[in-house]
Amino acid sequence: MFEIGLGHYLTLGAVIFTIGVVGIFLNRKNIIVILMSIELILLSVNINLVSFSIFINDLSGQIFTLFILTVAAAEAAIGLAIIVVYYRNAGTIRVEEIDKLKG
Amino acid sequence: MIAHAIFFYIFSFIAIISAVMVTVSKNTVHSVFFLILDFISISCLFIMIGAEFLGMIMLIVYVGAVAVLFLFVVMMLNVAHQKNTFFKSTHGSRHIPIGLLVSLIIFFELVIVVGGWKYKPDLINSISLEISEVSNTHSIGYVLYTDYIHLFQLSGMILLVAMIGAIILTYRKREGLKRQSYFSQISREKGDGVDLVDVEKNKGVKIDV
Repeated sequence: MFEIGLGHYLTLGAVIFTIGVVGIFLNRKNIIVILMSIELILLSVNINLVSFSIFINDLSGQIFTLFILTVAAAEAAIGLAIIVVYYRNAGTIRVEEIDKLKG
Repeated sequence: MIAHAIFFYIFSFIAIISAVMVTVSKNTVHSVFFLILDFISISCLFIMIGAEFLGMIMLIVYVGAVAVLFLFVVMMLNVAHQKNTFFKSTHGSRHIPIGLLVSLIIFFELVIVVGGWKYKPDLINSISLEISEVSNTHSIGYVLYTDYIHLFQLSGMILLVAMIGAIILTYRKREGLKRQSYFSQISREKGDGVDLVDVEKNKGVKIDV
């Protein structure tokens, strides 16, 4: 209980990952919340990589986390740009109103 | 050791609660606030576990750039449907209590982390505590710029492509705006602008404009 090991950090990562996935599935508001859930998922991946890197004493995990951070920033920028363009064209970004593809 | 456990539970509890609040809160602005709180909690955990460079980078990149970008877009698109009451200060914004709560929690977390930094040898796990002169940032630098230099430059290219893509996506041409046209200005020749006229005596010149 009071001895914090690798398992505690991995559990935290798993919980946040699950919350992110559930957030994508249950979302009924707008796409921005889905993007935020994706950020949560990437954050949980970062937690896993960093905790492994610390407990195994290997720096590669922290380097990978740095690259994931880069890709996450790029993804957020592109995704938000697409959302802005879609809002300009369609006038809404509510999830249930985006059904042009009839999927 | 017990202090490490207590701080771990505090930060992870705040992180999980705010992650839940990101997904369930009705207002998108509140979601962004709780996303910021989540990032800060996790970066406090990183700093506590010994990855201080990544914790600071997460603070800078996520809280400083990504979350503020989210906030910009949320306010720009007006998805909260609060165009009339949002910026009006006459009858108090409803975002102030949540914003105050989040910023108070962030403040206490920073106090805890900065206070814990002083007692770092007692707090940090004995597994990850290596006796060396090289700090975390130094060792990451040693590896990042030697073994991973190509990946580092590739990630720079990814950022460049993302920047260009975002600009091209959101750029729109406005009508009725006078712009400089460098090409036509430079390619203008003498014959286009200057006309030499022979002037006869006592007659003057008629200029057709």
